[in-house]
Amino acid sequence: MVFRKGTEIMNKAVTNNQVLLPKKKRKLWKTLWDQKYLLLMSVPMLLYVLLFNYYPMWGWRYAFQNLDLNTIKKGADWIGFENFAWLFGREDFLLSIRNTLAMSLINLVFGTLSSILLAILLNEVRTRWFKRTVQTVTYLPHFLSMVIVVGMAQNMFISNGIINTTLIKLGFVDEPVFFLGEGKYFWPLVGVINVWKEVGWNSIIYISTMTSIDPTLYEAAAIDGAGRFKRILHVTLPGIKSTFVVLLIMNIGHLMEAGFELQYLLGNPQVYDYSRTIDVFVMEYGISNGKFGRAIAAGMFKSLVAIVLLFAANFIAKKLDEDTLI
Amino acid sequence: MTAATLKKVKKPGQKRDIVFPFINGVILCLLMLITLYPVLNTVAISFNDGTDAVRGGIGIWPRVFSTEAYKSLLSDEQIFNAFFISVSRTLITTILNVILTSMLAFTLSRKEYVLRGFITLLMVLTMYVNAGLIPNYLLISRTLKLSKTFWVYIIPTMFSCFNMIVIRTYINGLPEALAESARIDGANDLRIFWQIIFPLCTPVLATVALFVAVGAWNQWFDTQLYNGSKKNLYTLQYLLKMKLATSMQSMNAANTSADALVNATKSTPVTIRCAITVVSAAPILVVYPFLQRYFVTGMVLGGVKG
Repeated sequence: MVFRKGTEIMNKAVTNNQVLLPKKKRKLWKTLWDQKYLLLMSVPMLLYVLLFNYYPMWGWRYAFQNLDLNTIKKGADWIGFENFAWLFGREDFLLSIRNTLAMSLINLVFGTLSSILLAILLNEVRTRWFKRTVQTVTYLPHFLSMVIVVGMAQNMFISNGIINTTLIKLGFVDEPVFFLGEGKYFWPLVGVINVWKEVGWNSIIYISTMTSIDPTLYEAAAIDGAGRFKRILHVTLPGIKSTFVVLLIMNIGHLMEAGFELQYLLGNPQVYDYSRTIDVFVMEYGISNGKFGRAIAAGMFKSLVAIVLLFAANFIAKKLDEDTLI
Repeated sequence: MTAATLKKVKKPGQKRDIVFPFINGVILCLLMLITLYPVLNTVAISFNDGTDAVRGGIGIWPRVFSTEAYKSLLSDEQIFNAFFISVSRTLITTILNVILTSMLAFTLSRKEYVLRGFITLLMVLTMYVNAGLIPNYLLISRTLKLSKTFWVYIIPTMFSCFNMIVIRTYINGLPEALAESARIDGANDLRIFWQIIFPLCTPVLATVALFVAVGAWNQWFDTQLYNGSKKNLYTLQYLLKMKLATSMQSMNAANTSADALVNATKSTPVTIRCAITVVSAAPILVVYPFLQRYFVTGMVLGGVKG
C-alpha cells in the first residue's frame, strides 16, 4: 500500500515535470546537475582564462585612442588611425620590423639546421651512455634563464674574453673585436646564443622521429651497398622530412616572434638600430615612456601580421598535405 | 641489432666504420665543451680573487682562488631576501599550477562533459592569439591593482594551456575502465580525479611541474614591470639582471679595454656577478639531471598534440 502510494507520487512528479519543461531542456538541466563536479572543476579556470587571456583583447581599442600616462586618468579620446600613422612615420619602428624579421629568420634557419645536424650525429652514436651524456649536457642551457645566458655571453665576448683571446692567438685579428658594441655583430651574436641555448632541446623532436624509422630500411640500404653517408642521405633525411615540414610551417606562423628577452638584455645604445625588435619597441614606448596607445598599436600590428602568417602557413600545410605528404 | 647486422654485411666498409664514430665522438665532445665552457668559466670567475679577475683570461679554473665573492653575498641581506622570494614564488606557483591545470585537463578528458568542446576551443585559441604586453600590463597593474604585491608573481601564472593539453593527452591514454569502475562504486568526479587520476598522472605531472618551476624561477620581467620600486619583492633573477645592466653600461661607456678595466672596477665586481649567477643557476643544475627522464616523455607527449 505504502509502496504503491510512493510509486504513484513519483509517477505524478515525472508527468508533472514533463508538462512543465520541454524534454530537451529538462535533459540539459539534468546533465548539468549530474556533471556538477566537472563544472566545479572547470568553470573557475574558464573564468580565469576569460579574464587573463580574452579580456585584455578589449584593450586593443586603445590603439585608436591617445592613451598615455596623462590621459589615462581623465579618459583618452578617439583619434582613429593616428597612432598607426605615427608608427609608420618613425624610422625606429620600421627598423624594428626589419630586425624582428631578420633575427627570426636567422633563428629559424640556423636553429633548424643545427638541431637536425645534432640529431643526425647523435643518431649515429651506438654507445648508449655517451649518447645520454651528450643529450643531458646539451639540454642544459635550455633551462638557464636568459639573464644568466646573457651574463655568460658577456664574459665570453668581452675584449679580454676567451673568444677574443683565441682569435688573437690564432692570428685572425690583431685588435680585440668589440662584439657587444657594434651593430653589425648583433644579429650573428643573437644567432649564436640562440643556437647554443636551444640546439639540444630542439633536437629532441628530430631524435624521437629518427628512432621511429624502421631499422630494416637501414639494413636494406646497407645490403644495397650504401655507405654511412648514403644511408643518412637516403634513409634518415627522408625519414624526418614530414617532421621538418610540420615544424617549418609552425615556425612560419611565429616569424614575428624574434624573442624579446635576449634583445632587451643584450641591447645597448650602440647597437639599438640592430637590436630593437617590435617587442622591445613596445616595451620602450609603452612601459618606459607610458605611451600606451602607440605601443598597443605596434603590438596589434604585430599580432595581425602573425595571424595572417598563421593562416598562410595553415594554407600551405593543407596544400602540401594534398600534394606531397600523402 | 642494426649495428651488428651492418657490420656483418659491410666487410669492405669496416675501416670507415671505425673512422666515422671517432670523428663523430670528437665533434660531440667539442659540442659538450662549448656548452659547458661558459658555465664552468662563470663558476671559476666566481671563485677567483676580485681584482685579479678584472684582468680577464680566466679559463675553467680560478687563477687566484678566493671565496670573498660568496662571503660578501652571505652578508648581503638583499640577496637572502631575493632568494626567499624566488623560492616562495616558485613553490606556490608550481603547486597551484599543477593542481589547477590537471584538474581542468581531467574535466576536458571526460567525453560526456557538456562544456568540453566549448572550453577546449577557448583554451586552444589562447595559444595562437595574445593581446600583447601593454593590454596585459594595464589589466594586471591598473584594473586588478596587483602591482607592488607578491601576488603578481602568483595569480597571472596559475594556469598554462600548453601544459593542460600535455596532461589531457596523458589522461586520455589511461584505461577508461579505471574511472568507470570507481563511478560504479559510487565515487563522484571530484573523488575520481583526486584519488584515481591525479596519482596515476605522476610522470606527466613531474614534467609539467619541472616546466612551470623552471619558468617561475627564471622569471625576471614581471618584477621589472610590476615591482620595480619594491626592493623587498625583488627576485634573484631580477637582482642579477640589474647587476648585468650596470656592467653592460660600464662596458659600453668605454670602447678601449684600458678604460673598460677602470670602469669594471667601479661597477659591481665581475666575481660577485658570477657568484650571483651561480647561486641563481644552482637549484636548476642540481635538480635537472634527476628529472631528465621525465621531461623527454613530456616533450614527446606535447609534440603529439601541440
